[in-house]
Amino acid sequence: MAELFPLALDALSCFFLIAGSVFAVIGGIGIVRLPEFYSRMHGSGITDTLGAGLIFAGLVCQSDSVLVAFKLIVTLFFLIVTSPSSCHALAHSALAHGLKPELDVMPRESGDAIRVEEQQRPL
Amino acid sequence: MNNLLAITAIAVLVTMTLALIRACLGPTVFDRVLALNMFGTKTVLLICVVSFLNGRTDFLDLALLYSLMNFIGMVALLKFTTTGTFSEEGF
Repeated sequence: MAELFPLALDALSCFFLIAGSVFAVIGGIGIVRLPEFYSRMHGSGITDTLGAGLIFAGLVCQSDSVLVAFKLIVTLFFLIVTSPSSCHALAHSALAHGLKPELDVMPRESGDAIRVEEQQRPL
Repeated sequence: MNNLLAITAIAVLVTMTLALIRACLGPTVFDRVLALNMFGTKTVLLICVVSFLNGRTDFLDLALLYSLMNFIGMVALLKFTTTGTFSEEGF
């Protein structure tokens, strides 16, 4: 059992690192391929939360001392605090400057809106 | 385990390259700021992974410093939100 535990820790770290890499690359593809600004923020959010969180979790599993793990957790804490705040500030700033979301699927004309309401009434 | 860390570092580098592509292409200034913010986060990740790859975990202090610099960037973004410009003369 004593030699089984580092093996399990390595396997866990391997899983976290690979999953974090996959999410980071998916977010990178998203920020290039998505069509407009507000949907690109989604790609950036994937890398900031899931990608960074999983990679830091994998590194914490590999750390050999408590100090190293503590430094990693503090860095992750700062990332978790600052990244959504800056994302929110950026979206607020873009809306205040009149950048309209292009993928707004809500019906604009009054006839369409009434039709949608009629469709939703039986539900 | 070193191969796995190298693969992770390469994935983070690919993500940084994609963020730079968006920063070059971006039609509005907000796209560029978003890509720059993402680039800063990926820099923190890359420093952490490379420090484990080299076995020199004292590089983690640099990563901590970089995340604090991201916080300064966020404060500058908040100023951009409230005034709409980085300069004082615009209003």
